[in-house]
Amino acid sequence: MYAILRYRHARIAGLLFGALALNAVGLASDALAQGWQPTKPITFIIPAGTGGGADQMARFIQGVVSKHNLSPQPLVVINKSGGAGAEGFLDVKQSSGDAHKIIITLSNLFTTPMATGVPFGWKDLTPVAMLSLDQFVLWVHSESPHKTAQEYLGAVKAGNDRQFKMAGTGSKQEDQIITVALERVIGGKKFTYVPFEGGGKVATQLVGKHVDSTVNNPIEAVAHWKAGTLRALCIFDAKRSTYTAKVTPNMAWSDIPTCKESGVNVEYQMLRGIFMPPGVNQAQVDYYVELLKKVMATEDWKSFMEQGAFNQTFMSGGQYRSWVESAENLHRDLMKEAGFLHKP
Amino acid sequence: MEEISSLFQGFGVALQPYNLALMALGIVLGVIIGVLPGLGGANGVAILLPLTFSMPPTSAIIMLSCIYWGALFGGAITSILFNIPGEPWSVATTFDGYPMAQQGRAGEALTAAFTSSFVGALFAVIVITFLAPLVAKFALRFGPAEFFAVQFLTFASFVGMGRASPLKTIASMMLGFALAAVGLDIVTGQLRMTYGTTELLRGFEFLVAVIGLFGIGEILTTMEGGLSLKGVQARLQLNVVLQTWKKLAQFKLTAFRSCLIGCWLGITPGGATPASFMSYGVAKKMSKNGDRFGKGELEGVVAPETAAHAAGTSALLPMLTLGIPGSPTAAVLLGGLLIWGLQPGPLLFIEHKEFVWGLIASMYLGNVAGFIIVLTCVPLFAAILRIPFSIITPVIMVVCAIGAFTVNNAIFDVWLMVLFGVIGYVFNKLSYPLPPLVLALVLGDMAENSFRQSMLLSQGSLAIFWSNWLVGSVFGLGVIMLLWPLIGPLVHRASLLIRDRAA
Repeated sequence: MYAILRYRHARIAGLLFGALALNAVGLASDALAQGWQPTKPITFIIPAGTGGGADQMARFIQGVVSKHNLSPQPLVVINKSGGAGAEGFLDVKQSSGDAHKIIITLSNLFTTPMATGVPFGWKDLTPVAMLSLDQFVLWVHSESPHKTAQEYLGAVKAGNDRQFKMAGTGSKQEDQIITVALERVIGGKKFTYVPFEGGGKVATQLVGKHVDSTVNNPIEAVAHWKAGTLRALCIFDAKRSTYTAKVTPNMAWSDIPTCKESGVNVEYQMLRGIFMPPGVNQAQVDYYVELLKKVMATEDWKSFMEQGAFNQTFMSGGQYRSWVESAENLHRDLMKEAGFLHKP
Repeated sequence: MEEISSLFQGFGVALQPYNLALMALGIVLGVIIGVLPGLGGANGVAILLPLTFSMPPTSAIIMLSCIYWGALFGGAITSILFNIPGEPWSVATTFDGYPMAQQGRAGEALTAAFTSSFVGALFAVIVITFLAPLVAKFALRFGPAEFFAVQFLTFASFVGMGRASPLKTIASMMLGFALAAVGLDIVTGQLRMTYGTTELLRGFEFLVAVIGLFGIGEILTTMEGGLSLKGVQARLQLNVVLQTWKKLAQFKLTAFRSCLIGCWLGITPGGATPASFMSYGVAKKMSKNGDRFGKGELEGVVAPETAAHAAGTSALLPMLTLGIPGSPTAAVLLGGLLIWGLQPGPLLFIEHKEFVWGLIASMYLGNVAGFIIVLTCVPLFAAILRIPFSIITPVIMVVCAIGAFTVNNAIFDVWLMVLFGVIGYVFNKLSYPLPPLVLALVLGDMAENSFRQSMLLSQGSLAIFWSNWLVGSVFGLGVIMLLWPLIGPLVHRASLLIRDRAA
């Protein structure tokens, strides 16, 4: 059945843009030099729904690959979002040895198995490369009286338990983990955490003043920040952002203080990385590392990174593996302290 | 009148030969996508999206949105001819469209569906053209409580609809709620009723259920009835379009009401599917022929189709102005905007004027072009019913199976579709109504989430549902709708009484 879908995809592509469909012939010589190259279309799994951050990035990569003829075979993007992404990860875990399958990850690689007990983990997959780290920013409405993170959290601390409302994406996932970390910093005073289906909806809930704050990713909130309805209080990274171009009339991403600077010692970033099924060989992994490096060298990628204020960190091999391992431990600690671990 | 001049500049962009060609291509592809159940607008746009990256953004969005219009038109065709909704928002169209086809009035039903779609979409585009900034602010007023009020209103306007016994209606609805609850619960982050299986992780996909319940179930019923589609004897009338238009004139009020419902739900963003159900429910309650709904009433096609298209079109507005997609297709288009380097949001209308007005102009032109294309094909579509049942049925089965597979690329869903087909057949035999099940399946999950989000915000107090005029009036309207079967006759009797006194 997969074959039918791809056939149709190829047919539509062929009908529309003959030239593009011919990219099967492109760069073949380049790939030959690397020892392994794909012989059929590559399935690119997104363990999240359409329209979200991971989906946007995956479809962007797919577009860049076909626009610049970077691969002899096209990428076919498939969303498998069931069970907070468990569906997609299990699919890859069970495709042992299939080198024509890759998956993009977000923090649900760690949080979903811990929160739901569905049996998978990064050790069941083959790490390929880290593309970037997605940032989180503490946002309030621009009409809010709180100008800094310290002021806002001071107000939360002084207020009643659950008086302040934090909207976020999903439950027991990254947004709620950050919220719990904030609660610890202010001595255990609670937010009312309200989970929504996606980051875009979370941002509009804040713009509509239905909640008091969010920890949206930059790309989810930037449009409202530009329009002057949101205020960025602090960024949950160790260092300030490196993007210095003005986004609003008087602020650039680099003007947002880190949370630590503003006296709120919380750091969190989200992995945007690529994995493959288990049981693939090094030559196959290398092919994708090279492919991704080519994607990241394009101007399109650089402007995409700037738009979403991503932290551009590339890692592969042993470095990537040890990063993922420490990230898993970090999530286990955070989830354990928050009481989010699955109890069978 | 700045809008008008901007719009005409937009027409200038959209009318370039290159863009016109893309428009026609988009419509034709869209109709094909709409006809194939499961493929759907969202999937179709997602598959074609990467191909547009090398085009100028304006041309790309023109083509993709034309696919969207085409899919909106195409969804109605299979609903009417074979009782198989090509898109979720076409489910309500089957209620009266399919009986009409069985009575040999397929051409009439198709014409009504296409015309209503056109009217609904046109109305929504006009709203977008002139009210965009205003309307965008209105959408921001919708928090969880407001969403729940709207969902409650949809359920309420649908209650007491069928002729089936109330107990059977409730049983059917409860089964729908139970199926909707399977999968991940977003509020607690826990899995429900998946029993450790991978296949159930994603829950029951609405389209898979609908293809099975309606399409396969209908085929099973027809097979039992002697292997013939009842529409076969239908005479082909080439002037069916003009004749239907004469009849449609009397449904102006229904169409207007459906436009309002559709725009409202598209903007907020409730979506085209609830809009079509709510509009059908309201039309049935308001129409003087309400008791004939479900047996092949033209008005029963007009109401859901108008609302679905008004909603589908206006769903693009929150996407452009706020960056929140009003429908799955809009969500995929949203990804496209970002890739073309356009940041959807309140400033898009200012920073990328040419793009926005080109898009809006293409909505007008795409709709007109699509309308003409599908209308000229009405006799052709209706003629499909003349193909012998033994030839067309295997084709339908294959198309349904591909459709069910495509939704999630899962072979399990094909078996699920067959299972739902059997359930649909048994429901028919025992005269349990299917619409309540379908409605609960599509809205149950959303309504549950909104309700629990509201309860979190209010810390458990139900007072949140009348905490401001907006949520209060929507909720109040819902309560009136819910009690209408009781209130209606009283009002009628009271008015008779007053007239008698006066006499």
